[in-house]
Amino acid sequence: MTLKLRDLTLLDDGFESGHGLCAGCSESVIVRQVLLALANEPVVALATGCLEVSSTRFPDTSWKVPLIHSAFENAATSASGIEAAYKALIRKGRMADRPMTFVVFGGDGATYDIGFQWLSGALERGHKFMYICLNNEGYMNTGIQRSGATMLGAWTTTTPAGDLVPGKPQWRKDMTGIVAAHGIPYVAQAAVHNWKDLMTKVRKAEAAEGPAFLNVFAPCDRGWRYEPEDTMAVSRLAVDAALWPLYEIVDGAYKLNGPRHKSKPITDYLSSQGRFRHLMRDREPGVIEDIQANVDREWNRLRVRCGLEPEVLEKTQV
Amino acid sequence: MTQPGAEPWGDVPAGGTVLFPGSTERNLTGSWRTKLPVIDFDACTDCMICWVMCPDSCFKTAEGKLLSVDLDHCKGCGICATECPVKCIEMVLEERD
Repeated sequence: MTLKLRDLTLLDDGFESGHGLCAGCSESVIVRQVLLALANEPVVALATGCLEVSSTRFPDTSWKVPLIHSAFENAATSASGIEAAYKALIRKGRMADRPMTFVVFGGDGATYDIGFQWLSGALERGHKFMYICLNNEGYMNTGIQRSGATMLGAWTTTTPAGDLVPGKPQWRKDMTGIVAAHGIPYVAQAAVHNWKDLMTKVRKAEAAEGPAFLNVFAPCDRGWRYEPEDTMAVSRLAVDAALWPLYEIVDGAYKLNGPRHKSKPITDYLSSQGRFRHLMRDREPGVIEDIQANVDREWNRLRVRCGLEPEVLEKTQV
Repeated sequence: MTQPGAEPWGDVPAGGTVLFPGSTERNLTGSWRTKLPVIDFDACTDCMICWVMCPDSCFKTAEGKLLSVDLDHCKGCGICATECPVKCIEMVLEERD
């Protein structure tokens, strides 16, 4: 089925309005796009995070699909159990054999840090499920603490920018690469502003014979300190600056889906957000160069893996 | 309508079960809003970019046409106005006369 928005408007997206996510939050946009793109009946497992606390406030739920949440770290394990039970019930003839898709939504805290070994175990066991990481680069639900996904130089409440510390001192993990090292059939990076790319990847993930992982860039207007209407613009800047390249790894083969060339310097991205304001106020020009060097290193490594020439990069104006 | 969560204790379902899917619909998050999206339907091309990018599922459609905005739930974030390719949505400050 081709992806046309007008056709998709005829479907029910399975996620109701009235949830408590902030105005301009990208997480509900991603959830709606994922649920719309699925062909089979979904069963959703949630990790603790903004999405979980905002969409399932007692006595209400925003979800119109089956949902489970048990703890912060074990959403991937819950999905493993659901998938195993589904197979067992069909084998024993206690359930009609109908296609279902098991989807996990976890934040970057639940994916990069707290649920890391549980996700790794589920991937290693080869359960057929789809893990979607809503990557907003921090523990936004508990008040904007740093996570393994937070970028170098970013202000958070646990890495406050001041005279001694210029925001977070470390670069971020390459979680997509770590997951790809498990050798699972489908791994991809997507971003919220590119709905077509995201939905195509969800469909490929659903069709994969085994676990699939999508790392989706989910800007957070509250934690990143920008105006709510700029959510998609910030996401687009990250892709254009090659900070968040859109690519997929199908059975080990890399392919770039997004722009093939870097069209913006990292400073455009940094100046769009208040969490990097201390960097742009010329207190720490060395950090911006560090960020650019990290971005360029990862971008060129990815280009080589995709079979492209490394891009010759000019020195960034700081 | 009873305020969500303010039912008498005897009406709370046993075990704290949530009885209806999608029941957050009764939370009228439109009260969060300071700016209101106003659509120029003559300029609208029904591309549905606003529909797919709305965090609160506020754009109501029928048969591939944009009908209205659900102002009971619109939080006024303004993503629709920023992303509209023909710029036919304007955010207007909502004031009491």
